[in-house]
Amino acid sequence: MTDLNSKISSCVASVPPSAIRKFFDLASEMKGVISLSIGEPDFVTPWSIREAGINSLVDGYTHYSPNAGYTNAKKAITSYIKRRYGVEYNPNGQCLITVGGSEGLDLAARALINPGDEVIIVEPCFVAYKATVLFAHGVPVIISTRQEDDFKLKAEDLEAAITDKTKYLILGYPGNPTGAVMTMEDLKPIRDVLMKHPDIIVISDELYCELNYVSDEPSSLTRFPELQDRVVMINGFSKSYAMTGFRIGYVLGPKELIAPMTKIHQYCIMSAPSMSQFAVVEAAYNCDDDVIAMRDEYNHRRRVIIKGLEDAGLECFTPSGAFYAFPSIKNTGLTSEEFCERFLMEKKVAIVPGSAFGECGKDNVRISYAASMENIKTAMERLAEFTEELRKGNH
Amino acid sequence: MIDDIELLKIIEKDPRAVPADIAVQLGVSTPEVEAEIERLKEEKILLGYTAEINWAKSYPEKVTALIEVRITPQRDRGFDNIAKLLSKYDKVTDCYLMSGAFDLLLIYNDDSLKNIAEFVYNKVATSEGVLSTATHFILKKYKSNGIFFEDETTDDRQAIVL
Repeated sequence: MTDLNSKISSCVASVPPSAIRKFFDLASEMKGVISLSIGEPDFVTPWSIREAGINSLVDGYTHYSPNAGYTNAKKAITSYIKRRYGVEYNPNGQCLITVGGSEGLDLAARALINPGDEVIIVEPCFVAYKATVLFAHGVPVIISTRQEDDFKLKAEDLEAAITDKTKYLILGYPGNPTGAVMTMEDLKPIRDVLMKHPDIIVISDELYCELNYVSDEPSSLTRFPELQDRVVMINGFSKSYAMTGFRIGYVLGPKELIAPMTKIHQYCIMSAPSMSQFAVVEAAYNCDDDVIAMRDEYNHRRRVIIKGLEDAGLECFTPSGAFYAFPSIKNTGLTSEEFCERFLMEKKVAIVPGSAFGECGKDNVRISYAASMENIKTAMERLAEFTEELRKGNH
Repeated sequence: MIDDIELLKIIEKDPRAVPADIAVQLGVSTPEVEAEIERLKEEKILLGYTAEINWAKSYPEKVTALIEVRITPQRDRGFDNIAKLLSKYDKVTDCYLMSGAFDLLLIYNDDSLKNIAEFVYNKVATSEGVLSTATHFILKKYKSNGIFFEDETTDDRQAIVL
């Protein structure tokens, strides 16, 4: 009998399946669980966007699109970015429509990494950053951010992580799992470090750009003209427009970098779903009000969560973006896995151990507020009961 | 400082929300919300709270009619006088001045078509200034005040998404 395990590529085998697989299975099988562990909007995609997708099917747009995407969809995206960021990209050559933001991360890794190249990853972060680098034979170099710094990247930490092997930096703000936002002011020292290292590329994951509760103005390294020749923006509609199932995202950047990414996309994916590209045209031009309405609702929930964490006696920096809070559970004496497993078993609420997002998240848990207000309130009541019981049990 | 519009949107969406809950959502204190709600009531901006009920399920005899009314506006008072008079009937739940082919739209609820017919020809059609009426009956409600009557939205998301 052939040992199939020995046939698997070593770089794929070296990436462990998610460390919290057991917890996943547990949460999926239990009945009547309130889940605050979902990294996608609870809203259904706004109707006009769904309708645009439906109409494209009615009109017979059921074929491959051009590799980089339909011109009208690329124009819709670049005009949206111009309107929101004030940054101009040429829809032909500087824009590639991808299958979600995740494909962009994969393309960037495969287009840029030679075996042994280092990629700086700022943890705690979205789980795909490290995996895509490893799949591409790169070497992840981890910067651990700290709760006392509101999980923002500090310039000195970036400087210390840079070596002559550094190929690129992945930055994801507003952040999953922390909800941290780096303002333009916060990004200036990062820009200054990058200006000293002109060979380093930046992959800026901005999927949560519209879910910023402190400023209507998106903060992004792409907005520094002096960096534009080497920042690739990875973005999409999944989070801001509640379009996760459409699997549609995009990358924008200098044409010298978009071209090789398009080459990989052309061979491996062909083109993003045509129906979803039509939906995106509607989203980019006509759905600002829907985004604002969803953001306002998330903001209300965010405040309820912050209050709930306070009432439960958990220390949490104030999250300013995305739809996550990332409180510390250190004072409970439990590890993040233990905390989440017991909270699930004893109170039937699922949240995610911070350790899933990097070693430095081991004292925290991720709580998603992409859930109904009713569920959030009930979950927060149960959290207060749970921490109270822990305190009593500990004495 | 409370954003009135944000406060009103929360109340419109959930009339049962208590000031303490609203205060958390807006990031302000409970007394501030209470004071603001009081002010909005005094200024007749916040007029009341309603419930959305699927009467077809619990009380199928109930009939709702939309009654279009054409009227002659009165000197100095325009349409207001007649509109206010017709609004006085308890079973008239809504009364609007409309643009287009007719002037007033009444929404009227009663237990039978016969009762509605009597209301139209005894009360509305005979009112001074009323030129004509046209009555439409609601056959089925699909959505009212933003609430769907039949669609059951289910959360089909995976239990954990990283």
